[in-house]
Amino acid sequence: MRIGWFRSIGRWFEDRTGLGAIVAVPMAHRVPRSTASWAYVFGSATLILFVLQIATGICLALVYVPSPDQAFESLQYLNYQAALGWYLRAVHFWGSNAMVLVMTLHMIQVFLWGAHKYPRELTWVAGVLLFLCTLGMAFTGQILRWDQDAYWGLGIGASIISRTPYAGSALVHALLGGPIIAGRTLSRFFTLHVFVVPGILIGLVGLHLWLVLRLGINEWPMPGRLVDRETYRKRYEAEVEKDGVPFFPDAARKDMVGMGVVVLAVLVFAAIFGPNGPHGVPNPTIIDTAPKPDFYFLALYALFALVPPWIEEAILLVGPPVAILLLLALPFFVGTGEKSWKRRPVAVLGVLLIVLTVVTLASLGLVVPWSPIMDAWTGLSTPARYVKGRTPLELQGALVLQNKQCRNCHALGGEGGQRGPALDGVATRLTQDQLIRQVLQGGGNMPAYGRNLTPAEVTAVVAFMQTLRPARQPAARTAAEPATPGR
Amino acid sequence: MCGTELDATTLPPPATSRRGFLFKLGLALNGIAAALVGIPVIGYLMGPVRRHAEQAWISLGPLQSFPEGQTRLATYENPFRVAWDGATANIPCWVRRISGERFQIFAINCAHLGCPVRWFSQSRLFMCPCHGGVYYEDGSRASGPPPRGLFEYAYQVREGQLWVRGGQVPTLSEPA
Repeated sequence: MRIGWFRSIGRWFEDRTGLGAIVAVPMAHRVPRSTASWAYVFGSATLILFVLQIATGICLALVYVPSPDQAFESLQYLNYQAALGWYLRAVHFWGSNAMVLVMTLHMIQVFLWGAHKYPRELTWVAGVLLFLCTLGMAFTGQILRWDQDAYWGLGIGASIISRTPYAGSALVHALLGGPIIAGRTLSRFFTLHVFVVPGILIGLVGLHLWLVLRLGINEWPMPGRLVDRETYRKRYEAEVEKDGVPFFPDAARKDMVGMGVVVLAVLVFAAIFGPNGPHGVPNPTIIDTAPKPDFYFLALYALFALVPPWIEEAILLVGPPVAILLLLALPFFVGTGEKSWKRRPVAVLGVLLIVLTVVTLASLGLVVPWSPIMDAWTGLSTPARYVKGRTPLELQGALVLQNKQCRNCHALGGEGGQRGPALDGVATRLTQDQLIRQVLQGGGNMPAYGRNLTPAEVTAVVAFMQTLRPARQPAARTAAEPATPGR
Repeated sequence: MCGTELDATTLPPPATSRRGFLFKLGLALNGIAAALVGIPVIGYLMGPVRRHAEQAWISLGPLQSFPEGQTRLATYENPFRVAWDGATANIPCWVRRISGERFQIFAINCAHLGCPVRWFSQSRLFMCPCHGGVYYEDGSRASGPPPRGLFEYAYQVREGQLWVRGGQVPTLSEPA
């Protein structure tokens, strides 16, 4: 009897609203049988992650205070006092990571399967905009975490856009809500993260889905079956007619499994690893900090350290707009022809190249070999084998090397900074004169220490470095000196 | 799934009729309303976007707190602070007293991408933790990616106190 009740209530609603009939059309629309594939699940998985982000984000906004004097405390309150606040923060954080990751997989999949080609150019364009908005959410969300990384991350952002010709300072003020990172800065990032960008995202998701419905899901590409503007749509319709399946449930089954798997994975990660931060109090006078972005921007962060200074400006300012324009324009240049990745070597190599570059840069961004290790000079010990049996002058030199922060950039016995070359074995590469010159004048990325060391300190540190060579390897010599066997 | 065709009756009627007048009046009224909403909104949004920021003189304390020949971390309060700034109202800077009343006041922000540089008095160098920029004690660039030396604030010595001109984050387009 209960079932009958539900059914008649349902019928009443359907009679008054007619919504069921509207939803039934997209659910039942026919799609090529070949699209009911595991390769096609990333789009719906991204969508469900977006829904998860909205749900958890609304919950977090109930407690979070978007004000620089209390944001940090409200996050601590969420972490330690609010019931399950830590878990919702964790789900929101891991959900954002998963969303960027799954969306990237979706983008790679549709590109390799040729889905950006005629007639789905606009679907691709909307997708690229969705990707950019999601990265925007990632950046603004990272700022809302209002810790040291957020504060100095804003400084990095301001420094980058300040390099824009003419409009630099106006853009900095627009970004920060004034000339300095302060009260107005956080609330504007809150507005972007909570109102503006999500609004754009929801609109774009609607457009993206509508285009998928209107133009049909991309059929599984067959090598040799070329896309032609004249014939493609007729052929697609014929294929759907002949061998199509209703989207729900035939194609949606795998989507549903994919959605469940990603959400469960996020929930498990959140439960095991918990929320991220906030890391340090956002007090700019605490300067013992090494700011680092979340993983999505690590590759960019690494790029800033590695590109030569003379081309940096161009890469910072021209690179991103050009990359975005290329992505947007892609379907208009390669909109027809071969769809299958098996016959598109340039496309496959391009994807591989980009993925390898981003992963390599990001992993370098984790290690930061270009940064001095700020406490290496106080924290690390001098390897015993380098001080054993040394003369007092050489021991004095070992002290100078430690006290003058050389270890911050130079490793000894595998410990220390990696900005400069490791000093184990330096005596096999440089002669005494060359060592003195390098210490006094610097060069090749090393500051000149001439003004900062007394002559006695230079003598001592060079004497110490001359002992740094493996047994039975000769010391460096210039061509003018004859080699001395046994020395 | 296809869009419905535009119905002829939804098109604007001929301009001469009373209906045509009402249609135009409707368009005009809404256009004016949109402009009247838009102008204050855009003005409000552009409020913080001024080409040149105001700056003000702030005391860093008595001269005695900066020994000659040394470089010390000092903090000033943002002169344009608002009540909810919290700790972000406090801005650090490096004060180098060369001798007597000759000073250099460096911004904390690396000239490369704005990270906080640290002073090492033993090697007399500033080092940046982000991308490895290094500066000499006079602020000039020693190595790494920075395109210039450290940003310097203007300073004054008045009534036995050191004053700094601050209030904006120094960047390449507005170097303090």
